[in-house]
Amino acid sequence: MSVWRAIAAAALVSAAPALLAGEIPPDARRSGYSFMGPDTRAMQDDDTSNPGMLFVLDGEQLWGKKTGSADKACANCHGDARSSMKGVAARHPAFDKTLDRPVTLDQRINLCRANHQQAAPLPYESRDLLALSAYVAHQSRGAAITAGDDPQAKPFVDQGRELFMQREGQLNLACTNCHDDNFDKRLAGAPITQGQPTGYPLYRLEWQTLGSLERRLRSCMSGVRAQAYEYGSPELVALELYLMSRARGLPMETPAVRP
Amino acid sequence: MLGRAYGHEQGALPPPPAWEGWGEGVSTRENPQEEKALTLAFGSTSPASGRGKRSSRRRRATHSTSAIAAFLVASLAFALPTKADELTPYKNVGDGIPASLTGSPGDAARGRALVLARSTTCILCHSGPFPETRFQGDLAPDLTGAGNRWTASQLRLRLVDASRFNAETIMPSYYRADGLVRVGRNFAGKPILSAAEIEDIVAFLATLRD
Ligand code: HEC
Ligand code: HEC
Repeated sequence: MSVWRAIAAAALVSAAPALLAGEIPPDARRSGYSFMGPDTRAMQDDDTSNPGMLFVLDGEQLWGKKTGSADKACANCHGDARSSMKGVAARHPAFDKTLDRPVTLDQRINLCRANHQQAAPLPYESRDLLALSAYVAHQSRGAAITAGDDPQAKPFVDQGRELFMQREGQLNLACTNCHDDNFDKRLAGAPITQGQPTGYPLYRLEWQTLGSLERRLRSCMSGVRAQAYEYGSPELVALELYLMSRARGLPMETPAVRP
Repeated sequence: MLGRAYGHEQGALPPPPAWEGWGEGVSTRENPQEEKALTLAFGSTSPASGRGKRSSRRRRATHSTSAIAAFLVASLAFALPTKADELTPYKNVGDGIPASLTGSPGDAARGRALVLARSTTCILCHSGPFPETRFQGDLAPDLTGAGNRWTASQLRLRLVDASRFNAETIMPSYYRADGLVRVGRNFAGKPILSAAEIEDIVAFLATLRD
């Protein structure tokens, strides 16, 4: 290693906030993309072959469509999503002062429906909610993740970290056992990644559809034979927030493709 | 284009869907809405660090009423439901369990099939002399030669409770049902494997000699 690199590395270490044991240093954080083979990467890279783009297009329609008893479209309040929604997904879950807790992008969309459109909430994993969140998050593609920077979010980030470290389920495994300690290894032949939440909602070939980060987390929980937390539960929101803060600085990829 | 078949980069054979051994499939409920409906929010129980301590005595004391209830049910139905705290008792001697959990030797051929079955979970982490499957894990040592390195007694304890060898191990304890957190409803109160399955796997591992 060159002297310069050693100095740069040392400077990084001293400048960065102290890492907790087992955590991945910022310059070693890698999206799930970097664990994929060339075919799946190509599918994500080319908008005409990325199946997630169909949802983004649907979301664009919904963005402009009036709904609810207020008869308003998202666009009536937020205008052109390409500018107004830039970077928004990269900072969610975000602390909501009125509710005094962090809310996910899905929850934010449903809060807007309730408060401003007077429309019924869209169910989790429904096509319309996935389409809207894909469309909004797509406007952050390339933007660096900043969620969790807000000091008010800190207790919730900490709660999420605790859940990440907690062994659970009949198999008695914690998220950290796989995604901090064993990434780059293979679980029954399939690569284990760092579990970075950069591309959600994303198209998973295994699912044959777009899915939310919460769906993915619930699926890892069923994998260890634990009782998965409810969609929208404080625990899942805290985990989501911790994962986003753990991915700080990585660029958003929505809609990503994963095997 | 969008409609094309989703080939996988790793070779000619498509990989087995991950749900065969990982993630949603394990819960046997594919549909997220359905999964949601079936999810019960229950508080977490004792922390995982409480493991190692067998809790059967503690449980018997606090659950004496349910024992009476079980007796009543049994006398009506003529069958006692299998309960978590009624795992076959076993005795550690040194770093092993010398006696078969069932009282009789296991069947190595069945043990091999079990080790290869994803639902048993060994193959998620381990590899071994299994030329017929490419989908093996590498989170754990290769099982080749396990029968040279360990006695049947040691293998049995390793399967029953690997944390006795290494408190931090990621290898699950296959014959334990206490000291776990938020176990899924379908699995609560049950060990991962039955005593007979443990014996079959021990018999098989003992044949793995270099
Ligand atoms: C026994 C191993 C294991 C455990 C424990 C585990 N996961 Fe995973 N996780 C996987 C595998 C395998 C995948 C699919 C491949 C991949 O994306 O890493 C995955 C995928 C993910 C992804 C998707 C990453 C992407 O690029 O889209 C996230 C996020 C994630 N896990 C978070 C978690 C969280 C949070 C927990 C704990 C509640 C957890 N995992 C527990 C093995 C595990
Ligand atoms: C989640 C990962 C995981 C699973 C699942 C798992 N193991 Fe292990 N196993 C390990 C690790 C890691 C070790 C290394 C020692 C340790 O950490 O305890 C190990 C060690 C062993 C050893 C000793 C290896 C040697 O020769 O040194 C045997 C034998 C073994 N496991 C058998 C099994 C069998 C049989 C199953 C399934 C019934 C199984 N394991 C399931 C992770 C796992």
